[in-house]
Amino acid sequence: MEALEIARWQFGITTVYHFMMVPLTIGLGLVVAVMQTFWHRTGKVEYLRMTKFWGKLFLINFIMGVATGIVQEFQFGMAWSEYSRFVGDVFGAPLALESLLAFFVESTFLGLWIFGWKQLKPGIHLACLWVAVVGSVFSAYFIIVANSWMQHPVGAEIIDGRPVMTDAWAVFTNNTALVAFPHTLMGALAVAGGFLLGIAWYHLWRRRTDGIDTIGADGKVIPGEAAIPGRDRTDYKVWIRSLRIGAVVAMISFAGTALTGDLQGKLMFEQQPMKMAAAEAACHDGTGFSVLSVGNLGSRNCDEIVALIEVPGILSFLANGDFTTEVRGVNGLLDQYKADYGTHLPDNPIYGERAGQEIEYVPVMEVTYWGFRMMIGFGGLAALAALIALWVTRNGTVPASRWLMRLAVFGILAPFGANAAGWIFTEMGRQPFVVAPNPDLNGIDQVFMFTAAAVSPGVSAGELLTSLIVLTAVYAALLVVEVKLLVKFIRGGVVSAMPELAHTPADKNGDASKGPGTGKPADDVLAFAY
Amino acid sequence: MELLPTIWFIVIAVLWTGYLFLEGFDLGVGMLMKLFARNNTERRVLLNTVGPVWDGNEVWLITAGAATFAAFPLWYASLFSALYLPLLVVLVALIFRAVAFEYRGKGDTDIWRSRWDWAIALGSFFAAFGVGAALALTTTGLPLNANGDREGGAFAWFSGYAVLGGLAVVGFSLLHALAFLALKTDGDVRHRARRWFVRLLPVLLLPLAGWALFIQFLEGKPWTWAAVIVAVIAAAAAWFLARRGSEGRAFMAMGVFLILGSASIFGAVFPVVLPSTLDPAFDLTVANASSSDYTLGLMSVVAAVGLPLVITYQAWTYWVFRRRVSASQIPAAHSFLPAIAVRAFTTKG
Repeated sequence: MEALEIARWQFGITTVYHFMMVPLTIGLGLVVAVMQTFWHRTGKVEYLRMTKFWGKLFLINFIMGVATGIVQEFQFGMAWSEYSRFVGDVFGAPLALESLLAFFVESTFLGLWIFGWKQLKPGIHLACLWVAVVGSVFSAYFIIVANSWMQHPVGAEIIDGRPVMTDAWAVFTNNTALVAFPHTLMGALAVAGGFLLGIAWYHLWRRRTDGIDTIGADGKVIPGEAAIPGRDRTDYKVWIRSLRIGAVVAMISFAGTALTGDLQGKLMFEQQPMKMAAAEAACHDGTGFSVLSVGNLGSRNCDEIVALIEVPGILSFLANGDFTTEVRGVNGLLDQYKADYGTHLPDNPIYGERAGQEIEYVPVMEVTYWGFRMMIGFGGLAALAALIALWVTRNGTVPASRWLMRLAVFGILAPFGANAAGWIFTEMGRQPFVVAPNPDLNGIDQVFMFTAAAVSPGVSAGELLTSLIVLTAVYAALLVVEVKLLVKFIRGGVVSAMPELAHTPADKNGDASKGPGTGKPADDVLAFAY
Repeated sequence: MELLPTIWFIVIAVLWTGYLFLEGFDLGVGMLMKLFARNNTERRVLLNTVGPVWDGNEVWLITAGAATFAAFPLWYASLFSALYLPLLVVLVALIFRAVAFEYRGKGDTDIWRSRWDWAIALGSFFAAFGVGAALALTTTGLPLNANGDREGGAFAWFSGYAVLGGLAVVGFSLLHALAFLALKTDGDVRHRARRWFVRLLPVLLLPLAGWALFIQFLEGKPWTWAAVIVAVIAAAAAWFLARRGSEGRAFMAMGVFLILGSASIFGAVFPVVLPSTLDPAFDLTVANASSSDYTLGLMSVVAAVGLPLVITYQAWTYWVFRRRVSASQIPAAHSFLPAIAVRAFTTKG
């Protein structure tokens, strides 16, 4: 493999991996902050337990996001030095602002939250979590601004061969970013919703099969109690509330992703028409949305693809909001791209082995076509499952079926899959450009860069291959560790995140006295100890 | 001289200095997990001195990197791509270290803890060494061609300066951590850390002093020479203060030493940010590697507000967790009853 291919694989693997941790961090962070707010307001002990339990899982996951995030920042310079030189004037700013204004806030205040349970007053302690969570949301905004500039460069003009920022307001209010940002947030909440739903289902199922919760004659649940730390009636409330919060969050966030995704699609038809044509594997202009297309999607040869089932009008609706406007297909666009940006890469050493080669303007349609459908499919499936879950649990607990429980736990993966598919679609659909040109009316058409020109010229394929292997191996090993730890703490239930429950007798009112506002032990230096 | 690029050179020097001052001690504490702590309780004392703050400290590195990208894209691109493999080592070290901090306490076997202890210690060592090597090489130069790309293959960056810089940051971090532990712990750890500090100061600061002096002989200006001399005086003061038992002042003296030492190095190389060892014409300088004045102006406004704010709330964090940690306060390790084992005890409610 040549350096370019390896560098792309590395960026893809590290980014998709990083983005397994990130949406859970953002989504679960928001949910935990809401739970702690409920506890603060009501003093109800189930909310404290929810905060502690979900907060523990949040932290196990958070650290992996932090650890893998540094790779993201470094590898622009390491593997993509030409890209960094070309875009640094514009693209660097949102990254710098992200660390300065968002990541500092997130890391510092999360440290305060983890260790400050006793050192800080309850209100301040809660505020620290909110500040950290808001920091993570801002962090997402800045990263999306940076990414959106690669999809739709604005606010810059070419001076001495490089884009130079001329309008920061345009960069930070890029319409692409303004719709991608809520889309990403909603995607993150979808992950959190599925996570809560699946795990809470598991615990309710355990309580049923352990004989703690029973079903009365009226079909409603009778929450019970076992003489085991943490398995009291409060525990039941923890799980049923978590399940319902999770299901509601999952449904609302899916609606949110659909609405923002629709806006995003309409922009993308204007800004990156080839990406959307490839998402449809649509060769010719038309109005129909493909439900199933077959043929050799990977060949990039349009004539080998046949749309088996098509719904007329829907594609026009996705693109324009009506059912009749013809949407341009790959074949028509190809001629335009060739006319606008050339048929061959320039014979410049910056393109490495690709110099002078013909440019392939059509993205890998297998990926764009199925990526687009997997994103929508997994997202919709998760929302539908959440709706069914609410119905099935209307009597206060889950069915005793082991298979349904497994399905609910397995369903945690669906929103993760939707997130990953969406990103793979949008990043691979942008190819062969790393910074996509803008054929739309407001776009600045001359700011673009081919991916082939972006890789570090001085770095050898051997170095890139080394890092690809090392990072992939490290990531794989750590994923195993993370999942094992998550499973261990999930199975342990609330008491695994609150060992103090095991030290006091399992009195359902026993810890109610520790509500917010009570005094703190004077010589307790460590609220939480590693 | 160009004003905004110069300001951003100073900002980046401040960010690196802030990083070394703050993460310096948590990197050192990480290495001391294996070199200094004698048992599990002591290791937990060490961990908990940096527990609430290490992640915030590490953001200084990320910000230094991102600010370099935004303010000096050519410096960022050339330095990071030329040092591909050493930075890969830094990344892997930082990944393991971060995960180890969080995961060490979440298992309850000796093997589990021991593995993560090694991850923390080795991760801290390689991160410190790699960052030191990279910083030293950005002052002494890399074999860069006209485009700013490394010539000569994957290991062309290697030189004695890389080793000197690596040792400088490792040595400084260890010493800084001893000063920090003397200040932040109580009991045996505190006294032992102070004794080690006094005994090891001359050895551990030698490489950093050597690097600073070497740069002065190459590029020194009167004021940077003066800074080196005051830095050496600060190091001597730290030694006397620690011996007298003034732990807080000894720690502050270490800070003065670092700030002046770092200023002397960055100040001496200015306005070159990354020299080329192939041809001085290929040197990256404050003027030819920077972003436009528009971008730098925008970021200056944000940094003028943002950086003081960061310093304020991080200072507050240190205030909140200002109390000393001692072995007697370490609670029993988390032990929890897995719900899976619960079925046998079940009674109906």
